[in-house]
Amino acid sequence: MSEITERQKLNRQLAQMLRGGVIMDVTTPEQARIAEDAGACAVMALERIPADIRAAGGVSRMSDPAMIRGIQEAVSIPVMAKCRIGHIAEAQILQAIEIDYIDESEVLSPADNIYHIDKTQFDVPFVCGARNLGEALRRIAEGATMIRTKGEPGTGDVVQAVSHMRLMQSEIRRLTSLRPDELFEAAKQLQAPLELVRYVSENGHLPVVNFAAGGVATPADAALMMQLGAEGVFVGSGIFKSGNPAKRAAAIVQAVTNYQDADLLAHLSENLGEAMVGINEQEIQLLMAERGK
Amino acid sequence: MRIAILCLQGAFLEHEQRLQQLGVETFRVRQLADWLQPKDGVVLPGGESTSQTHLLHDLQLYDPLRDELRNGLPAFGTCAGLILLSSSHLGTMDIAVRRNAYGRQLGSFHTTADMGEVGSAVPMTFIRAPYIERTLSPQVNVLAEVDGHIVAAQQGAQLVTAFHPELDSDTRVHKHFLSMVQQRSAAHV
Repeated sequence: MSEITERQKLNRQLAQMLRGGVIMDVTTPEQARIAEDAGACAVMALERIPADIRAAGGVSRMSDPAMIRGIQEAVSIPVMAKCRIGHIAEAQILQAIEIDYIDESEVLSPADNIYHIDKTQFDVPFVCGARNLGEALRRIAEGATMIRTKGEPGTGDVVQAVSHMRLMQSEIRRLTSLRPDELFEAAKQLQAPLELVRYVSENGHLPVVNFAAGGVATPADAALMMQLGAEGVFVGSGIFKSGNPAKRAAAIVQAVTNYQDADLLAHLSENLGEAMVGINEQEIQLLMAERGK
Repeated sequence: MRIAILCLQGAFLEHEQRLQQLGVETFRVRQLADWLQPKDGVVLPGGESTSQTHLLHDLQLYDPLRDELRNGLPAFGTCAGLILLSSSHLGTMDIAVRRNAYGRQLGSFHTTADMGEVGSAVPMTFIRAPYIERTLSPQVNVLAEVDGHIVAAQQGAQLVTAFHPELDSDTRVHKHFLSMVQQRSAAHV
């Protein structure tokens, strides 16, 4: 496997520190504090959560740096923020305000229909979404140091996150069963660099941490994603679009740690108030997961 | 020898790999029932200290952990684990800690430094790391400093590092912890 830079190694290692944790979307310093107090391992600062981006329509862009700074000042945990796919300048701005992680995200309107950002040119880390192993390895080749499933953001419907995680894990398992001389063809089919395909074949996992995202709304959803192989969970609209955000957030945090304990999960799922109003994938006009391949 | 690894949130797998590499039996602690098993020591891994503290309280692990530490259970805390053992949380080590002392992720770095009896040129990876601002009692033995700040210390059977020895292949810091565990077991036989 080709050498990664010292900085990229440190950035992969920050993602390792986030493992077993929940990263929550927040739009205000108050929400950020609620998330931190509930046990979030990081927050994603954005002006509008995916459900509202969906409702508002139009072009959605990187958030106002002043708003992101307000959240950086409010909490001590890592703060992430989103830039548009391929928007090099937005990423540079986020690096200038010393964001802890950039999410080059399909939730925002893509700025480039062909190219993703060359993330190896940045010092700050990047997380990217993927629907399958090929996408994940292409993003890693571009310098992403953390991967998440795309799921279908802003829906409260976990079905796409499940499909993406299952597909990725089964493709990983398949690679581990191949002979070395079969990996050339596998790399061709996956449209991914051979060295990364070899790494996955030999190790049985991605060279970076892999979280679940897109449609997680309940402690049970979070536990499901962990059982399917996620190393942690992003919760976007699911928390602050629900009836009791603080309680739901804390319950999801515990569900990720003890994702195999059904008795505890039953207890955690009690009296959480109203979950976010979900919309089915079939009911939505815009499939965000189709952005950036 | 059997070592408990606190697996609430963070980089617990890496500690598990290092210890198993050294032939030590480990088990994961995610809730109180796990914690109640017999053990010779505990590892508190890196991660987010606020997240881990919250989970320790919610899962009713905070007091049982503190009680065993007070009774002399050997402990090894890295990064967030160091913060948990400090005076601002469990308080079983007499150290005052500065969180995120090197700033945000852009301030994360790798270096090597000498670490007393552990050895020279120990690789040290700092990820949004804390450092020890000052020691609060003479029982704390400073093991390493980087740029004039304390980054490793020992007090009785407790060892802390602001950096992550579990992220590097060098196992000297883990071996040092295991020798501390052995010393205590020998003293109690």
